[in-house]
Amino acid sequence: MKFDYNQWCFQKLNGDIIHKFSGSVTSEKITETLNSVENNLMKSDIKLYKRKKVFNVLLECVQNLYHHADTPPLSADVEIVPRFGTLVLSKDRTFYRISTGNFLRKERMKEVEERLKMVNSLSDEDIVLIYRDVLNNQQASPNSAGLGLLDMVRKTGNKLEYYIYTQDDKYSFLSMDVYIS
Amino acid sequence: METIIREGSTKTPYIRFDGEVGLIEVKGRSIPENSIEFYKPLIDWLERYSESPLDTTNVNIQLEYFNTSSSKCILDILKKLELLYKKGKKVQVNWFYEEDDEDMFEAGEDYQSIIKIPFTMIEIEE
Repeated sequence: MKFDYNQWCFQKLNGDIIHKFSGSVTSEKITETLNSVENNLMKSDIKLYKRKKVFNVLLECVQNLYHHADTPPLSADVEIVPRFGTLVLSKDRTFYRISTGNFLRKERMKEVEERLKMVNSLSDEDIVLIYRDVLNNQQASPNSAGLGLLDMVRKTGNKLEYYIYTQDDKYSFLSMDVYIS
Repeated sequence: METIIREGSTKTPYIRFDGEVGLIEVKGRSIPENSIEFYKPLIDWLERYSESPLDTTNVNIQLEYFNTSSSKCILDILKKLELLYKKGKKVQVNWFYEEDDEDMFEAGEDYQSIIKIPFTMIEIEE
């Protein structure tokens, strides 16, 4: 069955929506998102340590989109713009959920899937050891690929929930949910 | 040697790299999309400073937020300072974290485990 982006978006609008956006993930859009989220969290009764955690994880999620999201294929029912991504921050009972979605070429998706599987397979202790190893031994790069996902799992203490949908023969859509409890 | 002072912004930290008094300060938020672009001149400054450093260099790092790409750049700074320490110069790193901010505390522990220089964790009240 063909991937239905609008249906996927609808499914992500559960709980109280704190922030959502869809479109080209530019530096300005990131600034706007972070400012808006921070202001919203400041108004709530969320404790400082959790507010910082939500902000930190959201920051990694949105910058992950900035560095890795591809331009969607013409077959996608979305705006065809560079670095297209969708982000939803919501609160559901006692936890916060950050949902992201983006299109990726299939050859890149394979690498991302392997990395996601690896990160999710690690114990809490291994996450810390591998995080330090990657931090120390990988060359600095604009996106510091790898550390971001490790950081999300480490900070939340939860596995990354993801699903990969087939868009067409060349592109897939990566859906990811990060929970902060 | 010239002093680098940069005011903080919504995405970049306050910076003071002062070769006259041997003081390095990074404070605020370090969350730019391209951290390398931001930190490259600071790393270059440290390389020049290392050619004729003061006997003592104090380093104060007090970050509210930093992204993973900045974490690599901060490590690069600390590695340059570790070289100074290995040459016999006194280097003291003070890592400030807010009370209850376990993530920032753990980040300090990460650097402490990698870099072998005097490293003090200092808790500050919210």
